[in-house]
Amino acid sequence: MQYLLLIYGQESDWFNLTPTQSAAMQQEYGQFSKEIAESGKHLGSNRLTPVASATTVRVRDGKRVVTDGPFAETKEQLGGYYLVEAKDLDEAITLAGRIPAARHGSVEVRPIFKM
Amino acid sequence: MDFEKLHREESGRVLSTLIRLLGDFDLAEEMLQEAYAVALQKWPAEGAPANPRAWLISTARHKAIDRLRRDHRFEMKRDEIARNADSTARPADDFGDAMFPDDRLRLIFTCSHPALATDAQVALTLHTICGLTTDEISRSFLVSVATMSQRLVRAKRKIRDANIPYCIPALEDLPDRLDAAMLVVYLIFNEGYLASTGDALVRRELCAEAIRLGRVLCELMPREAEPRALLGLMLLHDSRCDARTSADGDLIVLDEQDRTLWHAEQIREGTALTESALRGGSKGPYALQASIAALHANAQTARDTDWPQIAALYAALLAVNPSPVIEVNWAVAVAMARTPDQGLALLDKLESREKLSEFHLLPAARADLLRRLGKSAEAAEAYRRALALATNDVERRFLRRRLAQLPTQ
Repeated sequence: MQYLLLIYGQESDWFNLTPTQSAAMQQEYGQFSKEIAESGKHLGSNRLTPVASATTVRVRDGKRVVTDGPFAETKEQLGGYYLVEAKDLDEAITLAGRIPAARHGSVEVRPIFKM
Repeated sequence: MDFEKLHREESGRVLSTLIRLLGDFDLAEEMLQEAYAVALQKWPAEGAPANPRAWLISTARHKAIDRLRRDHRFEMKRDEIARNADSTARPADDFGDAMFPDDRLRLIFTCSHPALATDAQVALTLHTICGLTTDEISRSFLVSVATMSQRLVRAKRKIRDANIPYCIPALEDLPDRLDAAMLVVYLIFNEGYLASTGDALVRRELCAEAIRLGRVLCELMPREAEPRALLGLMLLHDSRCDARTSADGDLIVLDEQDRTLWHAEQIREGTALTESALRGGSKGPYALQASIAALHANAQTARDTDWPQIAALYAALLAVNPSPVIEVNWAVAVAMARTPDQGLALLDKLESREKLSEFHLLPAARADLLRRLGKSAEAAEAYRRALALATNDVERRFLRRRLAQLPTQ
């Protein structure tokens, strides 16, 4: 079964990292990505650019409305994701708990809808 | 054949095994209902089978397989179920007592999974393991039947959509998962001990079930102190079951109970478990409540009870686990340890602070303290208020009797 692990955190935390901390963090993510890829559970992952680069699109009454910024202003922002294969929710939760951001931000576990 | 009794006693066992075999809560429930329907039709004429539980499991399983053969939408599911069924394929007679002792424990851990909201965990466990109806559960949670059935539907949908596993958790997850499971077990016990509806105050089988599950938890986590405290607490409460109701089913309060009817063996075991839990470092709510129960159980008479220590334990319990029920008990213990007036003052404080318009224990406790003070008119008014709120027949009879016993003013 596939789960999307959505990584939420405060962007300001990321911006405030020293170069050493930033490098350590990237190394941690690299390590996690490598391990999960080797286990065969990794289906995809990406880090997103900050929400400042976000654009929201809606179509209302046939008219496309484009606005600056994310759909909802929230305290924590979506910063990236992993798409994983896990046998059940417990395994997905275990994987989510190994994502470095889980220690200061949060990881939302969403099952992929089966068509 | 008493079908209601059969349903109450067997549905949890049967359903937990069916869920494992079929891998689907809703399908298992539906097929069990169909199996009951066949039983209702067949058994009165042909006689009940030697092992009703085995018969129900095997009939429901065959119904499920028929259904899946008929219904091609279940094509994928069928392979999974065939696997589950094949791995345990055996003659129907083998579905005996000790067949899958872990099924209900699996079901407990699934129902108390942290990915479900606490209220959903409890509702689901009471519904699937204890076979309580949506109506009974909604009453003990003071919510409407519609809200409760919605809660159950959502919980089952989440188990299916998020694929919450039907298994005993991995060792590293056990301590956290155990807390949730213990809470659920204790609530099952309470449902049996103080049934919210119906005539029988003590639903013996629910209490026995909770105690059995408590023992399994102790076995599974021998190094954890808290399950021992929980089991000790349940045994100490259960030791009074024969003394709590009269021959005609009326409630007898603690200080009027015939203490020779208390089960000495359960008191011995419960007290030993409580002491062992305390030695093991347990300081949680179960250990505090078990200590209170042990003080009651080991007192020769109500008068001999160590009320000051009980009041102190309730105060400690209130600090870790604030709830109106505990606050009422604390007030009563203070009234016993000191004076009824001091207890009444604490009840006043609780009433002015919280919105408890449907909480019958508060006016009932107030009425009892006023009665002890000889304030009959005020006591009568409080008993009437408690009567208007209480839903349990046995409690209502008790309140009515107390009201009638008040000296006329």
